[in-house]
Amino acid sequence: MRVVLAEDSVLLRAGLTKLLNDGGFEVVAAVPDADQLLTAVDVHRPDVVVVDVRMPPTHTDEGIRAALVIRRQYPKIAVCVLSQFVEERYATDLLSIDTSGIGYLLKDRIGHVTDFLDALRRVTAGGTALDPEVINQLLVRRHDPMRRLTPREQDVLKLMAEGRSNSGIVEALKVSHSAVEKYVSSIFTKLDLPPTDTDHRRVLAVLKYLGA
Amino acid sequence: MTHTLSSGPVIVLRSLSSPEAWRATFHVVAGMLFSAATGAVIWLVGLLWWAAVASLVEGPTGHWTLPVLYAAVAVSGPLAMLGCVRFLSAMQRERFRAVLGLDIAAPRPDPGTGWHRILHPWTTGTAWRQFAYHLLAPLLGGLGGVVVVLCWSAPVLAALSADRLAGAGLLLWFGGAMALLLAAPWVARGIAGVDAAAARRLLGPGHAEELAVRVESLARSRADLLVAADAERRRIERDLHDGVQQRLVSLAMNLGMARAAFTDRPPDVQEVIAGAHDEAMAVLAELRDFVRGLHPAVLNDRGLDAALSGVVARAPLPVKLRVDVARRCSPSVEAIAYFAVSEALTNVAKHANASRAEVVTEHVGDLLVITVTDDGRGGATADGVGTGLRGLAQRAAAVDGSLTVVSPRGGPTTVTVSIPCG
Repeated sequence: MRVVLAEDSVLLRAGLTKLLNDGGFEVVAAVPDADQLLTAVDVHRPDVVVVDVRMPPTHTDEGIRAALVIRRQYPKIAVCVLSQFVEERYATDLLSIDTSGIGYLLKDRIGHVTDFLDALRRVTAGGTALDPEVINQLLVRRHDPMRRLTPREQDVLKLMAEGRSNSGIVEALKVSHSAVEKYVSSIFTKLDLPPTDTDHRRVLAVLKYLGA
Repeated sequence: MTHTLSSGPVIVLRSLSSPEAWRATFHVVAGMLFSAATGAVIWLVGLLWWAAVASLVEGPTGHWTLPVLYAAVAVSGPLAMLGCVRFLSAMQRERFRAVLGLDIAAPRPDPGTGWHRILHPWTTGTAWRQFAYHLLAPLLGGLGGVVVVLCWSAPVLAALSADRLAGAGLLLWFGGAMALLLAAPWVARGIAGVDAAAARRLLGPGHAEELAVRVESLARSRADLLVAADAERRRIERDLHDGVQQRLVSLAMNLGMARAAFTDRPPDVQEVIAGAHDEAMAVLAELRDFVRGLHPAVLNDRGLDAALSGVVARAPLPVKLRVDVARRCSPSVEAIAYFAVSEALTNVAKHANASRAEVVTEHVGDLLVITVTDDGRGGATADGVGTGLRGLAQRAAAVDGSLTVVSPRGGPTTVTVSIPCG
C-alpha cells in the first residue's frame, strides 16, 4: 500500500514515515505542505494519503482543503486526515463527497500505533475511520433521526461509522455475533433502509447517521 | 569643608542668577505688558459692543446710518469678541510655551456648523473662561509684574530714596531692600506659577472636555489591550500546536512503537514502557484541552458557526444551536462570543441540572447578541464564585458589551451577551 504523507513538523514526518514503513505501508513521498502534497499525489498516484490539517503557509485548514481536492480529482485514492483537534464542520466537509475511503483522526491516535495502522488499512481498503470524538460530535449534532435507536444500537452504528465490520464490533462491544447481527438489522429497519445487499445498506446507515 | 558652600546663604545667592528665576521674571514682566495689550483689545471690543447696545436701547438720534451701524456692531460684537478671544488665547498659550516651556492644550473646536458654530462656544464654559482670563490677566499680571520689578530693583530704589534716613532706620531700610532682592527669585517664580495655573485652568480645555478626551483614550487603550491579549493567546496556541504538541505526539508514537515491539521483554520492562506510553497519551489529551481553551483555531478559519457547532457538540446535554450571523465580527468579539457560549454551557452542565439548552447567535443592529437558555433549576449569577462568567462579563465590558444573567429560582436561566460587532 503506497502512501503519500503531508505533515509540516519535521520530527513527526520522520516518525510517521518510519511507523508506516514498518507497518507494511510504503511511503512514496513525505512532504511539508499542501501544494507539494497535490503535486506528489499527481506524480505517484498512491493508494492512500495521510495529511495534517494545519500546514504552511496559513496554518489553518490547508489539509482539509487539499483532502477535498484529492477526493474530487481522484475518488479512488483514500484520504486520512490527522489533526490536533477534530471539528464537526471539517468532518461534514470531508464526508460530503463520499464516506468511503475517508479517515479523520485525532493526532493523538497515532500514539496507539496498532489501532492507528488498523484504521489506516481500513481507510485504504475503502472503509471509514472517524475518530470517536468526531462521532460524538456528529451524534449530538444529528440526534434527530437517531432518536429511534436504542443506546446499544447507537453504539453499534457508531462503530459501523468508524468502519468496523461485524466481527470488529463483536470484539469492541464484547457481545455475541448473533447479537450484533440483530442490532444491525434493527438499525436498518429503524432507519427505513431497503433490504438490498448488506454492504450497501451499511454505507447508507452510516450516511444517515452522519447526516450527509 | 566644601559642601557647606552649597548650603544656606549660598543657595539664596545662587538662586539670584538661576535661569529659572530670570525666566520667571521675564515671563511675568513680558506678561504684564502683553496682557495689558490683550486686555485693552478685549475691553475695547466689549465697550464698543456695550455702547452700541446701549445706544440702541436708549433710542438712537442723528443720521439714519447710525442705528444701522449700532445694530451691525451689536450683532457682530459677540462674533468679533469670539475671534479676538480665540486669537489672543492662542498668543497667550504661545507665550507660555515659548518662555516657560509649558504646553497648554487648546480646547477642541466645536463640531457644529453655521450659527451653531459661532454661538455655541458662548453657551459652554470654554469661551467664557478664556474671556475671563483676558480680563483678569491685566489686573493680576500687572500687579504681579509691579511686585516682581519692585523686588528686583529694591536696593536701587532704596539707595535713591535713602537721603532722608540715618542710623538704624537706614540699616533697616537697606536690610528690607536686600531681603526683597533675595526674595525676588521666589516671588517671580511664585507669580509665574500662579499665572501658569490660571492659564492652564482658563485657557486650556475644561474639566468636562478633558474627561471626555480621557474617556475616549481609555476606551481605545482598553480595547487595544484586549486585542493584544487575544493576539497573544493565539500566538501561544500556535506555538504550543507547532511545538510541544507535535513533539508529544512523536514521543507517544515512539513509546507506542516500543510497546508494540517489545512484547518479548520481561514483564517489568514492558510495564515501564506501557506506563510511560499511557502517561504520554494522558498528557497529550490534557494539553489538547488546554490549548483548545486558549483559542480554537476553527474560529479564525471558519467563523462562529463552525466553532460553536463544535462547542455545542461537545456539551454533555442536547443543545439546539441557531447561528444567524451574516458577517464576521472582529476576532476579539468572536472570541468573547465563543468563550461565553462555552462557559455558559459548562455552567449549565455543572450546576443547572438541565435536560436541554439552546444557543442563539444573531445580529441586532450593530450588536452581536448571544443567548444561552437552559431549562434547569435557575439561581445562577454572573458573579457567582467558580463561574467563569464573571471574567467573561469583564471581557465583554472591555469592548463596551454586556453580559447579563436572568435566572429566577426554579429556572429557566438565560445568559445574554451583547457586544458591538466591531
